[in-house]
Amino acid sequence: MPEQPYEPERAMAGTGMGGQMDLAASEATSLEKTPAGPEGTGPEGTGAEDKARSLWSDAWRDLRRNPVFLVSSLVICFLVVISLWPSLIASGNPLACDLAKAQEGSQPGHPFGFNGQGCDVYTRTVHGARTSVTVGVCATLGVALLGSVLGGLAGFFGGAWDGFLSRITDVFFAIPVVLGGLVLLSVVTGNSLWPVVGFMVLLGWPQISRIARGAVITAKHNDYVLAARALGASPSRLLLRHIAPNAVAPVIVVATIALGTYIALEATLSYLGVGLKPPSVSWGIDISAASPYVRNAPHALLWPSGALAVTVLAFIMLGDAVRDALDPKLR
Amino acid sequence: MRTATYATRAVCAAAVVLAGTACGGGTGDSGAVLSSSWGDPPNPLEPANTNEVQGGKVLDMIFRGLKRYHPETGEAEDMLAERIETSDSRNFRVTVKDGWTFSNGEKVTARSFVDAWNYGASLRNNQRNAYFFSYIDGYDKVHPEGGRQTADTLSGLKVTGERTFTVRLNQTFSTFPETLGYPAFAPLPRLFFDDHGAWLKKPVGNGPYLVQNYTRGSQMSLRAWDGYPGHDKARNGGVDLKVYTDNNTAYTDLMAGNLDLVDDIPAAQLKNVETDLGDRYINTPAGIIQTLAFPFYDRNWGKDGMEKVRTGLSKAIDRDQITETIFRSTRTPATDWTSPVLGEDGGYREGLCGDACRYDPDAAKRLIEEGGGLPGGQVKITYNADTGSHKQWVDAVCNSINNALGDDRACVGSPVGTFADFRNQITDRKMPGPFRAGWQMDYPLIQNFLQPLYYTNGSSNDGRWSDRKFDDLVDRANAETDTGKAVDFFRQAEEVLRDDMAAIPLWYQNGSAGYSERLSGVRLNPFSVPVYEQIKVG
Amino acid sequence: MGRYVVRRLLQMIPVFVGATLLIFLMVHVMGDPIAGLCGERECDPATAARLRGEFGLDQPVWRQYLTYMGNVLTGDFGTAFNGQPVTELMGTAFPVTIRLTLVAIVLEIVIGITLGVVTGLRRGRPVDTSVLLLTLVVISVPTFVTGLLIQLLLGVTWGWIKPSVSAEAPLGELIVPGLVLASVSLAYVTRLTRTSLAENRRSDYVRTAIAKGLPRRRVVTRHLLRNSLIPVVTFIGTDIGALMGGAIVTERIFNIHGVGYQLYQGILRQNTQTVVGFVTVLVLVFLVANLLVDLLYAVLDPRIRYA
Repeated sequence: MPEQPYEPERAMAGTGMGGQMDLAASEATSLEKTPAGPEGTGPEGTGAEDKARSLWSDAWRDLRRNPVFLVSSLVICFLVVISLWPSLIASGNPLACDLAKAQEGSQPGHPFGFNGQGCDVYTRTVHGARTSVTVGVCATLGVALLGSVLGGLAGFFGGAWDGFLSRITDVFFAIPVVLGGLVLLSVVTGNSLWPVVGFMVLLGWPQISRIARGAVITAKHNDYVLAARALGASPSRLLLRHIAPNAVAPVIVVATIALGTYIALEATLSYLGVGLKPPSVSWGIDISAASPYVRNAPHALLWPSGALAVTVLAFIMLGDAVRDALDPKLR
Repeated sequence: MRTATYATRAVCAAAVVLAGTACGGGTGDSGAVLSSSWGDPPNPLEPANTNEVQGGKVLDMIFRGLKRYHPETGEAEDMLAERIETSDSRNFRVTVKDGWTFSNGEKVTARSFVDAWNYGASLRNNQRNAYFFSYIDGYDKVHPEGGRQTADTLSGLKVTGERTFTVRLNQTFSTFPETLGYPAFAPLPRLFFDDHGAWLKKPVGNGPYLVQNYTRGSQMSLRAWDGYPGHDKARNGGVDLKVYTDNNTAYTDLMAGNLDLVDDIPAAQLKNVETDLGDRYINTPAGIIQTLAFPFYDRNWGKDGMEKVRTGLSKAIDRDQITETIFRSTRTPATDWTSPVLGEDGGYREGLCGDACRYDPDAAKRLIEEGGGLPGGQVKITYNADTGSHKQWVDAVCNSINNALGDDRACVGSPVGTFADFRNQITDRKMPGPFRAGWQMDYPLIQNFLQPLYYTNGSSNDGRWSDRKFDDLVDRANAETDTGKAVDFFRQAEEVLRDDMAAIPLWYQNGSAGYSERLSGVRLNPFSVPVYEQIKVG
Repeated sequence: MGRYVVRRLLQMIPVFVGATLLIFLMVHVMGDPIAGLCGERECDPATAARLRGEFGLDQPVWRQYLTYMGNVLTGDFGTAFNGQPVTELMGTAFPVTIRLTLVAIVLEIVIGITLGVVTGLRRGRPVDTSVLLLTLVVISVPTFVTGLLIQLLLGVTWGWIKPSVSAEAPLGELIVPGLVLASVSLAYVTRLTRTSLAENRRSDYVRTAIAKGLPRRRVVTRHLLRNSLIPVVTFIGTDIGALMGGAIVTERIFNIHGVGYQLYQGILRQNTQTVVGFVTVLVLVFLVANLLVDLLYAVLDPRIRYA
């Protein structure tokens, strides 16, 4: 059984142990949004064809046909490109500021106008992508990985291990961000963004951990998991093959939204004097600098906020698409 | 506005209960109470323990000392002092006016002062402002720099009669009487010593207002004291000081009609102030100057020849544009190291800094090159990020320097998380480059703008600048009994300061305030505190 | 079940000790707070030494901690630098903040779950897209700005509310601040509910319920929603502490003298006594909240049992 080449859920459906899959699968053809592919015809395919197909390759096949996925990937690619080569679309110097132009609106050559220090908002928004996207994505990845691994283990094994991990998360929850930032980041000299990312991972993982733990606790009581366990599946196989795909949805939802909050948190840390310092350029720093002046110069807030919104949207869409692709019931 | 009428009614009800006066229309209702924004004082509200504006505001309302600074001119005028006599600028004989009492009925006597000053000076009372008494003979016994105190009272203070006492200083200090308007020198009633806890809960003083109710951290209700014997009786029924955690909220409350007076307009709202408030906005000079200090203990900044770099940096800062754009003219470009509130007679001299404070990018670049360039190729301006909007002006100053030098990384702001950490770095002499320095005067004397900040080992000489010539001139000024001559010496000392560019003067800070339609006669004194007793309501 | 609760309550002791020690050390690492008490001047060394003695800062850190814990066990949480007892600060701050948090959580539950159900049942429809856009706005515009604009609009332009909350902070005045505070969490709750609902929509028990001919409303509330709430409940559980201790921005905008503000002040002034005192209480809140969440799991999903 451990060598079983095809998805146990489907095997169960075939053997009648988990009736729900059967129903879900037969309904798949009538679903409004999942494109019906050859793999959507039903789980009762023969072993030879299934050999090449794992849950993950199924998901990938689905994704490639999903317009939501394609659009969000395009946006993300674009963000990556301007993060790497901002000068491609903004040749100006983000550090060139002329106070005489402070808070002025849009004008030729400066489509987004100027901020409170008289810097060009367009140039700064484009050049801020590198820092903000790196911080957002890396912090989110770190938090999601650390949080879901620890939370998943706690939820899966339960008992003393769960007690221990959960109480550690409790202690971490208790650390106020302001205090943590002032203590942990004030010792950092230099102006690198990695300490900031590390800090966010350190304080951010407990939340995902608890979400993942909750999701795993629910998932492990599902019939197909019980069945797989009864059939002698190893714990790692149970976790990776059977529980993780069914517990990943809430983690994706929280992580994609958190991505936006991490980009904003970077600015909070800068505001406290412990985050990135000038001459760093980031959306967060510009958003927080423009916030008090929203009555007079909303444009200085609008553009970096808009860039942040588009980034978050892209990742939310991506997360949605990935989650749909991983859900066998939608197939 | 609904909320506004509600507030008025509540206020009137309170006033009726208290003063028994009707609360109707008419101009200048002397029974009406106004509400004003306040910040929670960080230290206990004792006179010798208060070193910031928020606590100072209250002390100014509930205490009157021997002298009082005129709300407009800042001149020290006799208040409780009948006369202060001296023949040698070292021994003073003080006579207290008759007829003054504390609001609990206790008479204000010579002892009220002497006890209060002894309390303030004594090490065991942990008073933050004890150093104010350091000119008085015997201070080193009651407040030694290390070890235990060997006396409880200052030997230089002697009560000689019910209303007379003598002060002996440990050095000549001609303008000592003029410092006596500072709140630390206020008299204290016996209650302060006998039941300290009760006093702290509800302070009792001898000023035009008395504390009716004090809820720590949220509100203090002060009411006009009917029995106040002074000539500056309150023209309103009282003041409710409401604690705001953010001055922007106070401003919004003012606009909505829930608050009568905001004495600290947030920088971000300055552009809107005229549309929001019309002429109910005041912007008056205060005795505050902002400077950039340098770490003279660091050879990179202190060595000879660096004065050119320092002067160059000063000339690279476009003060006019920054004060206009960032501060909306609530700061005035500085042209000396004092403050306009001193007046020409008091020692302020416009343009004393001269060319060295004039924006000239080309000359700036040349001077910095002549001086050997910026140490390490970059200046970091250190500031504390937790209070005020320092980041904004530091960034603007840096942009100005960068533009002048044609290098977008010549200057960067370097924030420090907390004020305490910032102060520790200064005390431990760890500043890597220029840093924010601000000075709010304790009393309107040129001495107060120079000696603490630039005298060798002065208590606020954060850059540890030291110059024998400067010290000599200050000593001579202090020994001078003629005020005019003393001021001359101080000015000469200031010129020494300029020639070495010991600190870059940036701008003089104004006090700004907005008020509701109910109020008239609102004014800020040179300490940027509203003159509450002159405000009329209705 | 009872044994489980007892065990969990016992686990609180080490967490309590660990968290207080951690916070105590963190504030200690921030350095000497005395320099910040003397304004823009150097404290005179003698007074600074006396002040250190008064606040116990001259002792080695382990002894400071032991003394502090000893005092805490007798109900004495020390004093803030302005001489106010920390228990007094907590006594005024916590009731206000608890009310604010309750308002925020109720709004999260009512609005968040409603929107989540609506969008989860109508995926891809206009209502789903509008809520997604709203979510993006909430995430990308800082609370500071939303709060400020709402305050200006409702408080000044329209005059519906008082812009600031009075010292007593009655529930009515806390609704708008609560909404501002809850805004980001609302985005999480909505999307979590939506996703979870979409997942469970096709499970067999829902199908069975429909097949039995149960009304749609009952299917959604009794069967679908109940089983979809576990991630949502988990999130709200983790959010309680964040709402209570992290409402710094909201509390500042609306002038609420609550826990977030006091904690922030305490941290900036490096006042160990205030910070540790407040965090200690927050840790207890976390522990209880998480215990409740775990017990709720069993209520929502009958397959989960605690021994």
